[in-house]
Amino acid sequence: MKNGQNLLRIQESRDAGFVERVERESGQRVSQCYQCGNCSASCAYTHVYDFPANQIMRLIQLGQRDMVLRCRSIWLCAQCQACTTRCPCNIDVARVMETLRVMAVEAGQVSEKDIRLFYDEFLKSVAAFGRVFETGLLAAYNLKTGKPLTDADLAPQVLRKGKLALMPQRIRGRKEVAAIVRRFVDAQPQR
Amino acid sequence: MKRTVAYYPGCSLEGLAEEYDRSTRAVCRALGLELVEIPDWNCCGSTPAHGYTPLLSAALAGRNLALAEDAGLDVVMTPCPGCLKALKGSLEKYREDPACFQDALGRSFDGRVRVVSILQLLLERIGPEALAQAVRHPLTGANVVPYYGCLLTRPASFAQFDDPENPVSMDRILEAIGCTVPDFPFKTECCGATYGVTRNPIVTGLTGRILDMAVRVGAAAVAVACPLCQQNLDLRQQQVEKANHRSFRLPVLYITQLVGLALGLAPEDLGLDKLFVSPESLLSRIDQASDTADSLSNAG
Repeated sequence: MKNGQNLLRIQESRDAGFVERVERESGQRVSQCYQCGNCSASCAYTHVYDFPANQIMRLIQLGQRDMVLRCRSIWLCAQCQACTTRCPCNIDVARVMETLRVMAVEAGQVSEKDIRLFYDEFLKSVAAFGRVFETGLLAAYNLKTGKPLTDADLAPQVLRKGKLALMPQRIRGRKEVAAIVRRFVDAQPQR
Repeated sequence: MKRTVAYYPGCSLEGLAEEYDRSTRAVCRALGLELVEIPDWNCCGSTPAHGYTPLLSAALAGRNLALAEDAGLDVVMTPCPGCLKALKGSLEKYREDPACFQDALGRSFDGRVRVVSILQLLLERIGPEALAQAVRHPLTGANVVPYYGCLLTRPASFAQFDDPENPVSMDRILEAIGCTVPDFPFKTECCGATYGVTRNPIVTGLTGRILDMAVRVGAAAVAVACPLCQQNLDLRQQQVEKANHRSFRLPVLYITQLVGLALGLAPEDLGLDKLFVSPESLLSRIDQASDTADSLSNAG
């Protein structure tokens, strides 16, 4: 494993308060994890993770804050809830992963920037119109990630089926929705 | 029990999943369930809002629940499992701390509403027996596998419906409308969710496994109840085929489209023409089976 060397210096990088913070913010008793590995066995995403779910739980227990918040796994978790369903300690593992994402953003340690960008653009769309405008969202994502051809292969058939919306649906209460979003994130409405 | 149900379509159902919206409305109408669309509903926030903080998700989804309450409705139905999770999460956040929730929402709310999926609504308000009696064209001769995806029944504490590991609600509906339902081991395996855009190979890999398993158990079609699952299995099926170097051409229909067909509703009311993989192979199988049945009964 590429992070093997770091694990040898585990005491130096230990943040003693980390496990308590994760437990408080997620409401989950991560310290009770005894490494049965059910979460990783259930996870459909382990093949793209840098650390499998059970190792994330262990790294939290060991106070390895930076390693956890900088890892890719927390961004690649799809929140499918398989781990949560099968944890014998009743830890909501998916909720822990989500809490770690929020903490990574707060710490400015986002490893998967384009996934984060997709979320930002999604919420901007919601704040602007009150509902998500799929076409506009994809266009903004393609532009800002510099990947203009993302899903371009799908465009002809979507067009043929009359499913390509060219105009967003604007709801009457969009200002109220924008106010809710702004209470939490600094997402400016699109023009 | 009031028959009128608040309807929350969600954004997907006015975009790529418009046939799910159309068929849901048509089926409910045919079965005497009155849906009242929540006036001026907004996006539930989906995964992105939850990823910022669950309270943002709760507030965005909560506005819709508050609007339903204002309209005097006590049951909210949404066909989309992503929206279902957000709406249920909203109720959970409200119960944890009503004051904090209402601050985030900027409205008053009493948390009286109940949130259900279309499957739950069909089973609770109609039930398999009454549904079977309403069937005019049983879908005999069709092997259809039910694919539930992740969120319809998980986590169990949230869903409070069906079994999280081996859900059967869609199986029961499919059986009621005359389908043959093979044992499908990948009922709740993840299709790759929203990574179709941001990490496409994840979806082509995971969805490829699901389609492969469906073919192996002899499916003529896959029944789904989630717009995102449907998108990955149907719209992206060509991408999946290309990445896996094989052809599936497996129709992927919303459960409401299949129920609508069995109820004898017109194909245009069910949006069958909106599917990317043509359901023709499935429809001809059903027609053949009913022709055979007709000729047998005539002979008898």
